[in-house]
Amino acid sequence: MPQIQASAPFDEMNADEGVRAHYRAFHSWLESQSAESLAAKRAEADLAFHRVGITFAVYGDDQGTERLIPFDIIPRILPAAEWRQLEAGLRQRVKALNRFIHDIYHGQSIVKAGVIPPEQIFCNPQYRPEMQGIDVAGDIYVHVAGIDVVRADGGELYVLEDNLRVPSGVSYMLENRKMMMRLFPELFAGNRVAPVAHYPDMLLENLRSVAPSGVRDPAVVVMTPGMHNSAYFEHAFLAQQMGVELVEGKDLFVEDEQVFMRTTRGPKRVDIIYRRIDDDFLDPLAFRFDSSLGVPGLLSVYRAGRVTLANAIGTGVADDKSIYPYVPDMIRFYLDEKPLLKNVPTWQCRKKEHLSHVLANLPSLVVKETHGAGGYGMLIGPAATRAEIETFRARLVARPDGYIAQPTLALSACPTFVESGVAPRHIDLRPFVLSGRTVSMVRGGLTRVALREGSLVVNSSQGGGTKDTWVLE
Amino acid sequence: MLSRTADHLFWMARYTERAENTARMLDVSLQTSLLPQSEASVEILWRGMLGICELQQQYDARFPRLAPQSVLDFMTRDPSNPSSIASCLNAARENARAVRGTLTTEVWETINSTWLEMKPRLRYVEREPAQFFEWVKYRSHLSRGVTVGTMLRDEALYFSRLGTFLERADNTARILDVRYHALADRGGDAAAEEEGGRSMDFYHWTAILRSVSAFEVYRKVYSDTITPARVAELLMLRADMPRSLASCMNDVVANLGEVGTVHSRETERRAGLLQADLQYGRIDVILQQGLHAYLTAFLQRVNDLADRVSRDFLVPLASA
Repeated sequence: MPQIQASAPFDEMNADEGVRAHYRAFHSWLESQSAESLAAKRAEADLAFHRVGITFAVYGDDQGTERLIPFDIIPRILPAAEWRQLEAGLRQRVKALNRFIHDIYHGQSIVKAGVIPPEQIFCNPQYRPEMQGIDVAGDIYVHVAGIDVVRADGGELYVLEDNLRVPSGVSYMLENRKMMMRLFPELFAGNRVAPVAHYPDMLLENLRSVAPSGVRDPAVVVMTPGMHNSAYFEHAFLAQQMGVELVEGKDLFVEDEQVFMRTTRGPKRVDIIYRRIDDDFLDPLAFRFDSSLGVPGLLSVYRAGRVTLANAIGTGVADDKSIYPYVPDMIRFYLDEKPLLKNVPTWQCRKKEHLSHVLANLPSLVVKETHGAGGYGMLIGPAATRAEIETFRARLVARPDGYIAQPTLALSACPTFVESGVAPRHIDLRPFVLSGRTVSMVRGGLTRVALREGSLVVNSSQGGGTKDTWVLE
Repeated sequence: MLSRTADHLFWMARYTERAENTARMLDVSLQTSLLPQSEASVEILWRGMLGICELQQQYDARFPRLAPQSVLDFMTRDPSNPSSIASCLNAARENARAVRGTLTTEVWETINSTWLEMKPRLRYVEREPAQFFEWVKYRSHLSRGVTVGTMLRDEALYFSRLGTFLERADNTARILDVRYHALADRGGDAAAEEEGGRSMDFYHWTAILRSVSAFEVYRKVYSDTITPARVAELLMLRADMPRSLASCMNDVVANLGEVGTVHSRETERRAGLLQADLQYGRIDVILQQGLHAYLTAFLQRVNDLADRVSRDFLVPLASA
């Protein structure tokens, strides 16, 4: 098992020999800016985000039910060549993941070949037996994937996590760019930055390409759990940008094996639901009966192939942290290709020898729940107190198969405008991959930044911010 | 359009309009209360204000006695009062947020900015109440202007306009009836009211005119002294007076016509009937019957229309 040595983080802008080539134009501009003018621009951005209402609800926080995600005005820049490699790797990865999900809900060849142990799939709570043997349009399950990528100290990119259920953040990618172009138009004249604004068009085309068979001029809707969901802004934004209805469960109903929405002019048929609501809440008849967010009978229409859900039901089995270590094997197995992107080395605590290694090295590792998300329920060894480590140790020993461990990556750092001026802060990157008849991407993504000095947690629910992401042409 | 979307648009507009009208009523009550008069008359005035909003009981449950400051507080920023200006602007914004994708960016940002600016302003209501009411009216003008000025002429606009005019019809009728409520509270005996004499009467009716921005309009239309009958005529029957009942009903009928379906025929018929009543009505006949009785019936019919709009379009009960 390969190791990554922790050392000083990779700096996105500054190398030992000076400013990296792809940052030079930006750097000389930055040099010419005073701290006051940067602060004024940041205040302008905050004001605009408030007025536009680009806000985020934080769970378990009664006070600030609506908060801004801090926006940093210093972009994260990627050179064209590096992006090309990354994009090829992401496309490859998502293709394999789609094949994998189709396989486990059909012939299960990957299990039969002994590549992945069966209990890892069939005992996984994210495995949906309802999907077994069901054909979905175009055999596509993950129509929208958000793949989290980090750069470790050697400068190499690693995939940290595949988000295949309802990945969010793309609206921030788009709004951040809009904001940057408004604040600093001169920067875009001097740098050839790949545009991202056509993402909603691409998404709509992608969704329409997976309509149920026989449907001409399919009706697409975006389905939201409602305005109190933390990502409501994004749901409304995408629906508006695509020019489609934003629906809640109560706006839809099932009749004659079809899904309809209630309109002022009577029922209207719905063919493709871009749903931003978890599997569990989709249909109270099939999943959680106490959920009022879903549509009774939806699953039966879906299974009959008369409506498309994007993403499909049951994709969670493939983005689980216990399945993550097998993704490179999937690429080899389904595509017969060499994986272009690296996985972070991962110890699966369910394996005895891995567990003992993890228990012996807790202070230097990051331990994550296999089903966790959002940066919750994890141990960051180097940042944890002795007591925290011991608490975690007990949990690990009690339920080893619930955890995986990874080395503490020194996430790369990017210059960020903070209280003390411009200083490096750790970042990650979430590009979005669309799959339909074809696989498509915009050149860009959401860069998240841990604003607290030294922090490695970039999640917006835990004090993370965002940056505009530039892919140079 | 989704029924739920139409419902949110309808209520977004109603709450915006209601906030404006509440500000208008409070502003005028405040000005009138400054006239030289007995404490009892001032109390009547504020009771009347609560009465037309049907909030007397709620107020009495919250406050031990009637004090102008408490009424202002209750009507501007009390979150427990669903009709307070703060509650209305909050509800308007929540409804807008639920359908922000259907609104133009300008409409959403206007309503959201109103909500953002409201919080700091609420702190200074008692120091500068008139300025606060001005601000509420101004923001309402802005919301309306940006709605009419930027939204596509489609259902989204028509349902929001329907909300505006049904709410305004309701509010104008209530403002006209304020005197009845003030007196009813004192036992409803009109004879006991004569003490104030004709001069108070003049101030009462000019206050009503001012509350609907109709004082100058009145002078222009009638070029004559202010009489109750003419005020009532102007605010009820004159279709050219933008806040009159007749004008509101014309707009209700027009917007209803734009969204009508086979399911809404009866609603359209009732709206047309009410419109015709106003169009062909005569003020002397109405006053003979009694203004209060007429307005009470009118409010019932407007509420019936709003209920029917909900049932026909906004919250359809049956799936088909």
